[in-house]
Amino acid sequence: MMHYCTTFYFFNILPAMESSKDIMEFVKEYDFVFGEVPEDYLVLDCGKKIGPINIRYETYGSLNPERTNAILILHALSGDAHVAGKHSPSDKKSGWWDKMVGPGKAFDTEKYFIVCSNVLGGCSGSTGPRSINPETGKLYNMSFPVITIRDMVKAQYRLMKYLKIEKWLAIAGGSMGGMQALQWAVSYPDAVKSVIPIATTSRLSPQAIAFNWVGREAIMSDPDWKNGNYQDKGPEKGLSIARMLGHITYLSDESMAKKFGRNLQNMKDYAFNFSYNFQVESYLKYQGQSFVERFDANSYLYISRAMDYFDLSEEYDGNLTKAFESVKSDFLVISFSSDWLFPPSQSMQIVSALRNKNLNVSYCNIDSIYGHDAFLLETEVLGKLVAYFIENQFKES
Amino acid sequence: MKKLLTKELINRPDLIVIFDLIEEGSRVIDLGCGEGILLYHLKKQKNCSVCGVEISQDKIIECITRGIPVIYGNLDNGLNDYPENSFDCVILSQTLQAVARPDKLLKDMMRVSKKSYISLINIGYIGARVQIAFAGKMPITKSLPTPWYKTKNIHLSTIIDFEILCYELGFKIEKRIPISQYTFLSKLMPNLFSEMCVFVISK
Repeated sequence: MMHYCTTFYFFNILPAMESSKDIMEFVKEYDFVFGEVPEDYLVLDCGKKIGPINIRYETYGSLNPERTNAILILHALSGDAHVAGKHSPSDKKSGWWDKMVGPGKAFDTEKYFIVCSNVLGGCSGSTGPRSINPETGKLYNMSFPVITIRDMVKAQYRLMKYLKIEKWLAIAGGSMGGMQALQWAVSYPDAVKSVIPIATTSRLSPQAIAFNWVGREAIMSDPDWKNGNYQDKGPEKGLSIARMLGHITYLSDESMAKKFGRNLQNMKDYAFNFSYNFQVESYLKYQGQSFVERFDANSYLYISRAMDYFDLSEEYDGNLTKAFESVKSDFLVISFSSDWLFPPSQSMQIVSALRNKNLNVSYCNIDSIYGHDAFLLETEVLGKLVAYFIENQFKES
Repeated sequence: MKKLLTKELINRPDLIVIFDLIEEGSRVIDLGCGEGILLYHLKKQKNCSVCGVEISQDKIIECITRGIPVIYGNLDNGLNDYPENSFDCVILSQTLQAVARPDKLLKDMMRVSKKSYISLINIGYIGARVQIAFAGKMPITKSLPTPWYKTKNIHLSTIIDFEILCYELGFKIEKRIPISQYTFLSKLMPNLFSEMCVFVISK
């Protein structure tokens, strides 16, 4: 069982809680609302303004009096603010990076104050296409403005200000989380001491854009999608196909061969029909179905689109070094050898551009068979790298 | 601190020589930096700004533990990621013989840095020569302990070979420090009596 020491306070309102480390506690969710008046609206890359915005977040550990131990963790496409621990005893699963975040773990909640928030456009508590548009009193759905990775980061910056954190000790994230981490270093160079971009890229590749397109096509061609105006029952078929497709890109040939082989599911011979015969088919089906229960189709459209638009070097004629012009942070870049969605070569481009800027950068290509998903699975090596890197960053601060 | 360095690098006298040669506050890159011990001491004692390149995951973790920035990389792929003259010193210790094209790497090193600090394993060393000449076998020595069929050292050279290469590439040998148990003899005839040699070369 996980024992969690979670602070239920901010700004040292209840310092007495700090001594309750041994008591089993559960992680709490918080909501931060901003943009309630037009002057405070969030100005988006598409030119539109939006408000009010709710950002769902969770925190772990406690902020030190100097406020120098805060770490921001950023989630990937299908993630949420619940990075570790459980909300209640009845929770079946722990947070999505539970092996990495907690007391004594890589992101050590006994030393650091960890923050994780659900992205703008998400469907796990933060404002997104399935939130109510205050102007109409109805769901935004497809009237929700198209957002970018930078918009997500702008909203996180507001959260940072609200939490009265001046500088993150580290910002870490895998996949789309890594994109946000890179964007942070570019957008707010003074607010980030160090960055840990994992299994990510500085610009989404045409191959990844292609997969996103097909995923969205599956959703939008489902009759239940209804131009985004579905009621309780959404485009379940479309969303599950998008997820199955996505899931294939997160694995590798080798990991699939190892996990499933050509094994049949509950049968000795081929069934000579088109229902699932193979284990890999049954696995994907399960992944698709369970995703529908926890994720919203419109959010999937908006978030995957935000990834498509991500290209740090776009404003600089494709010159990534120029994009990093004002960056001051130290970097630990990590890729995985079998990741073909965000291949090591794309991490190497980031490293090369950072080196060109003479920034303090470390890079490890972790040997793994797990493909893109390795950032959630290879927690032993990843954990060591992250823990030592942050420890040294903390000593320097 | 110097004592600690000597202790940690007891089996690597070449690195201690290189440590002493590098000036305070230099920008240093170590190609094949291993666990980052040399870089750690250059950073702590000589206030150098350091960076390592390493291919082994475990050694990368060791470097990160020491707080030494390190980049995963294969030297056979060149140093294209590093701009011209971005370092004052580039270190290559006991590694030149293991790369696919030592000449190309050498040129690349001189592109990214003003000076190169290279420790060379000398196959012209008497211990190796005797084995070839009299036993008629590929030599196995302290610095070359692996048999020919599984050694990574595919481009072994003598001190003279290396000096010829530097001459051909137009690089200047600024310093040549033989490392040997036969101190006196190795000064007279380094190619015959030193197991290793540290070179400082410049453009």
